[in-house]
Amino acid sequence: MNTIGNVTGIIANLVIVETEGTTAQNEICFIKHGDTRLMAEVIKVVGNKSYIQVFESTRGLKIGTEVEFMGHMLEVTLGPGILSKNFDGLQNDLNKMDGVFLKRGEYTDPLDMDKKYEFKPLAKEGDKVEAGSWLGEVRENWIPHKIMVPFKFKGGYTVKSLKKKGEYTPDEAIAVLIDSDGKEHKVTMVQKWPVKVPIRAYKDKPRPFKIMETGIRVMDTLNPMAEGGTGFIPGPFGSGKTVLQHNLSKNAEADLVVIAACGERANEVVEIFTEFPELEDPRSGRKLMERTTIIANTSNMPVAAREASVYTAMTISEYYRAMGLKVLLLADSTSRWAQALREMSNRMEELPGPDGFPMDLSAIIANFYARAGFVYLPDGESGSITFIGTVSPAGGNLKEPVTESTKKVARCFYALSQQRADSKRYPAIDPIESYSKYLEYPEIAEYLNKNISENWTESVLKAKDILLRGKEAYEQINILGDDGVPVDYHIRYWKSELIDFVILQQDAFDKVDASSSLERQDYMLRKTLEVTDFDFSFESFEDVGPYFKRMINALKQMNYSEFDSDKFKKNEKELEAILKEQEKEKVKEEAQ
Amino acid sequence: MEKDTKAFQRVYTKLSQLTKATVSLNAKGIGYDELAIVDGRLAQVVKIMGDIVTLQIFGGTEGIATNAEVIFAGKSPTLKVGEDLAGRFFNAYGEPIEGGEIMGDEREIGGPSVNPVRRKQPSEFIPTGIAGIDLNNALVTGQKIPFFADPDQPYNQVMAMVALRAKADKIILAGMGLTRDDYLYFKNVFDNAGALDRIVGFINTTEDPPVERLLVPDMALSAAEYFAVEKNEKVLVLLTDMTLYSDALSIVSNRMDQIPSKDSMPGSLYSDLARLYEKAVQFPDGGSITIIAVTTLSGGDITHAVPDNTGYITEGQLFLRKDSDIGKVIVDPFRSLSRLKQLVIGKKTREDHPQVMNAAVRLYADAANAKTKQENGFDLTDYDERSLEFAKEYSSKLLAIDVNIETDQMLETAYGLFGKYFKPAEVGIRQEFVDKYWKNNK
Ligand SMILES: Nc1ncnc2c1ncn2[C@@H]1O[C@H](COP(=O)(O)OP(=O)(O)OP(=O)(O)O)[C@@H](O)[C@H]1O
Ligand SMILES: [Mg+2]
Repeated sequence: MNTIGNVTGIIANLVIVETEGTTAQNEICFIKHGDTRLMAEVIKVVGNKSYIQVFESTRGLKIGTEVEFMGHMLEVTLGPGILSKNFDGLQNDLNKMDGVFLKRGEYTDPLDMDKKYEFKPLAKEGDKVEAGSWLGEVRENWIPHKIMVPFKFKGGYTVKSLKKKGEYTPDEAIAVLIDSDGKEHKVTMVQKWPVKVPIRAYKDKPRPFKIMETGIRVMDTLNPMAEGGTGFIPGPFGSGKTVLQHNLSKNAEADLVVIAACGERANEVVEIFTEFPELEDPRSGRKLMERTTIIANTSNMPVAAREASVYTAMTISEYYRAMGLKVLLLADSTSRWAQALREMSNRMEELPGPDGFPMDLSAIIANFYARAGFVYLPDGESGSITFIGTVSPAGGNLKEPVTESTKKVARCFYALSQQRADSKRYPAIDPIESYSKYLEYPEIAEYLNKNISENWTESVLKAKDILLRGKEAYEQINILGDDGVPVDYHIRYWKSELIDFVILQQDAFDKVDASSSLERQDYMLRKTLEVTDFDFSFESFEDVGPYFKRMINALKQMNYSEFDSDKFKKNEKELEAILKEQEKEKVKEEAQ
Repeated sequence: MEKDTKAFQRVYTKLSQLTKATVSLNAKGIGYDELAIVDGRLAQVVKIMGDIVTLQIFGGTEGIATNAEVIFAGKSPTLKVGEDLAGRFFNAYGEPIEGGEIMGDEREIGGPSVNPVRRKQPSEFIPTGIAGIDLNNALVTGQKIPFFADPDQPYNQVMAMVALRAKADKIILAGMGLTRDDYLYFKNVFDNAGALDRIVGFINTTEDPPVERLLVPDMALSAAEYFAVEKNEKVLVLLTDMTLYSDALSIVSNRMDQIPSKDSMPGSLYSDLARLYEKAVQFPDGGSITIIAVTTLSGGDITHAVPDNTGYITEGQLFLRKDSDIGKVIVDPFRSLSRLKQLVIGKKTREDHPQVMNAAVRLYADAANAKTKQENGFDLTDYDERSLEFAKEYSSKLLAIDVNIETDQMLETAYGLFGKYFKPAEVGIRQEFVDKYWKNNK
C-alpha cells in the first residue's frame, strides 16, 4: 500500500504534505489535482511533514488535496528506443504529447513498447552473469544495443533460459535468470534506474589515456579533451558556449551524443531538431540525429524538472556506456541547474551559502562530474562518458560559486573571453587562461605523439609559448608605443596573431572550416610553426603588420579550402611566395 | 473598477497581517495563484500555509485596514481575447483605458509553454532599413531581443520605428512604468502611420502603482498568443521597460522576506524573465511572436542582475550608443548581437552578407585600437590612419540609426568603403566574393 498524505502548505512549487505513513528522501509522489496528477519529489522530511518540489505549476492547487507516495525515487526507463528521441527533463517523449502547448500532468512513455526489435542472444544458458552482463543485442538505429542484466540485480545469477534469435517487443521476457537462492527472475529489454544514483556496472575506471577528437583546433591542438574526460566552458552571455557545444555535438568523434538542454532557450533545441536529421556525421556518413538524444528542459519549462534533466541525461549516458559505447554528454547550462537548486533552497528557508546557493553545491557538482569517465566493463570491453558542461557566471565574473566549484573537478577549462567574442575571434576560447590537465598526463602525451605525429606535444607547447610571448610583446607595444620598442616586438606580436588567426580562430558556420581532422590540424600546425620559426627581418615596424596579414590571408584561405585540394595547394604556394620575399631580403642584407 | 462578484463567492473581512505589498488572512478552499479583490484592489495568492492565505496586492496596501473586504474570484488572472482587442489600449488588468467592453473568450494569462517539438526554427528575415540592425544584427521572426540602453537614449523612438517597418500583422505594446509622454508618443506615431488598427496596448504608466506592472507582460503575451496561434498572424510584442518590471518583482519578493540575490533581485529572476521571453516563437502554420524589449541600464552597467540575466535569456541584444565623432546615435557593432542572424544572412540575403559584416566590424575594431593609440599620444601608422577614416564613414553611412536603406545597398556601401580605404588582403574576405562583388578590384 502506498503512503497517502494531504497538502497543508503551498509556496510556488514547494508543497508541504502531512502524512501518517512513511516517506523517503527523493521519493516520487503524485498530487491528485482534479483530473490531473502532478508529479513531485520529496526533498525534506520533518516529523510528519514532507516537503516536496512539484515538477509542474501549482496554479489552482488547494489545501487538503490528496498526495500519493510511490515508494521509489525518480527513475528513468532504459531500453531500446531511447536514441534519437526528444525527451523532457523527466524523460517524457515530447513527440508523443498532443497539442501545441505542454499540458500539466501529461506524462508519456519514453519507449515504444509496440515496436519489435530483432533480438540476437549473446549469452548462453548456464552462463554466470551479474548486473550489466550482456545477454543479447538488438539493433537500435545502427547501434548494437545490448540487453543487459538489470543494474538493480545484486550478486551472481545463472542464465536459465534465453529467447532465440527473433523479433520481440521491449516488454517481452527475453531471459530467465536464477539467483543464488534458486529464485527465478524474468528479464525484458527494459529496466528502470533511479537517476540520482550512479550506475556502477563496471570493473575498473582508469585514468583517461587517449584523446577525443573534436575537430575544433583550439581544443584538439592546444587543449585536448580526453575520451572519458571532463571539461567545462564558462563564459559571459553571448560568448559562444552554445555554438561551441553544438559544434562539438556535430563533429566530436563519439558513438553517441546526449544533449541536456538545461534551462536554456527553446529555439536552440529547435535548431537541433531541425538540423540534425539533415546533417551528416562526418565520420560515419549517417545522419547526426541517429546518434543524438536530447533532454530538453528549456528555461520556460518547470524549474524543478531542470535539476532532474541533467541526472536523466547522465543516467542515459551511463546506460549506453555499459554497452561499450563512447558517449559524449553535453549540458547547457549547469548554472541553470544550480539556480534551480538555489530557488528551492531559498523557498525552504535553508541557511544560504555564497551568493544564496545551497551550502553543498560543491559536493553536488563534484558528484555529478565524477559519474563521467572511461570504464572497463565486466566482459573486458570498454566504454566512456566524456562530459562537457557550460557555466553561465553572473556578470561574466568567474569568481562565483558555480564556476569555482566546477573548476575543482573538471579537468579541462575552456574559458570564453568577452574580449575575443567582441572582436569576433571565434571560438572565443582564451588561449592563455584555458587549460587541459590531460596534456600533462604522460599517457596522453605518448598517445598524441604516437597517433598524430612525433614531437607533437613539443610543437603544441611551442605554439602556446609564441602566443604568450606575443601577448607580452603587445602589452609592451601598448605601453611604449609602436616605435618605442624594437621591431622584434612587432614580429613577436604578429607571430602570435598568425597562430591566433590560423589555428585558434575557426568559422563554425563555414562548411569546410567548421571541422578539421587531426591530420589536417597536424599539417596546419607544422605549416604555421614553419612560418613562425622563420628568422624575419624588417626595416621598419610599419612593414611587419601588412606582411603578416598577407601570410595570414593565404593560410586562412587554406583553412577555407578542402584539405589537399587544388585550391588548398594554390594558397599554400602563395604563402611560400610571400615567404620567398623575405629570403630575398635576407640574401640582400647578407650581401651588404 | 468594476468587478463581477458572484453569489457563491465568499467574503472575508478580517486580515491577520499587513505588509507594504501583501496581506494575510484566514480562508479555506482557496487555490494557489487565485485572484482576489481586497478593498477594491486586485490581489493574487502567493502563499498558503494551512488556513493562512497570503495575497499580493498589485496596487499596494496603502490605507488598507484590517477589516478590509476580501473577495476571492475562484480563478487566476484572465484576459478576454478576440479581434476586438485590435486598435485598443488597456490597463494592467486588461480593461480598456477609454472604457467600454471587450467581446471575446476569457483566457488565463501566464499559461503553459509551447512544446519545443511543436516549434519551427525561425527563418524569416525582418528588414528594418537600419543597417546597424539589418547588416550587423539581422532580426528574425520568433526572436526575442532587447535594446540595452541608458535611460537618456531614444530607445522608444527606435523601437517604434522598427515596429512600423517590420510588417507585422499586429504590434502589441506592453508599457511598464512608461512615462505618459512616451505613451502618447507611441499612440501618435502609430496613429500617424495609419497603423492604429494593428496595435494593441497594455499600459502601466509611471502614474500607476508599480506592482501592477507585473501583470502587463503576461497580458500582452496572452493577446499575442491569441493572434499568433488562432489567427496565424505575425505578432510583434514590444516590452518597455523590463528593468522597471524587474524592480516590481524585487519589491514583492523583498516584502515577502525572500532572500534577495544579486542587486536585491529575487533569486528566481532568471526563471521569471525567461518565462516571458520564451513566449517568442515561430509556429509551423506561419504565426509567430517576436519580442523586442527594452532593458534600461544604469550607467551602462551590463553586469547588473537585470541586463545580465536578460542577456542569458534573449537571443542577443542591441546597444545604442552616441558616437561623439559623428554626433549621432549608432547601433554599437561590438556589443550588439543578434543570435539568430545566421539563420537568414547569406540565405535570405546575399551570399556574401556574413563575410562583409564580419570584415567591416573587424576593421572597425582596428580603428578602435588605433584610437586608443592616438589617445595615448602614440604615432599612427598609415593603416591606423586609414582605418580611422573608414570608421567615421562606416559609422555615419551604416551604423547610425537614421539610416534607412535596402540590405543590398548596405552591402554595396560597405564595399564602397572597403575599396576607398583598403586592399582586399587587408579586408580578408573570401576570394570568390572579392572577385564577384568588389568593384575596381584589379
Ligand atoms: N564559433 C563561432 N563562429 C561564429 N559565430 C559565433 C561562434 N560562436 C558564437 N558565435 C556568435 O555568438 C552568438 C552567441 O553564441 P552562443 O549562443 O553560443 O553564446 P552563449 O555563450 O551560449 O550565450 P548564452 O550564455 O546567452 O547562452 C552566436 O549566435 C553567434 O552569432
Ligand atoms: Mg548559450
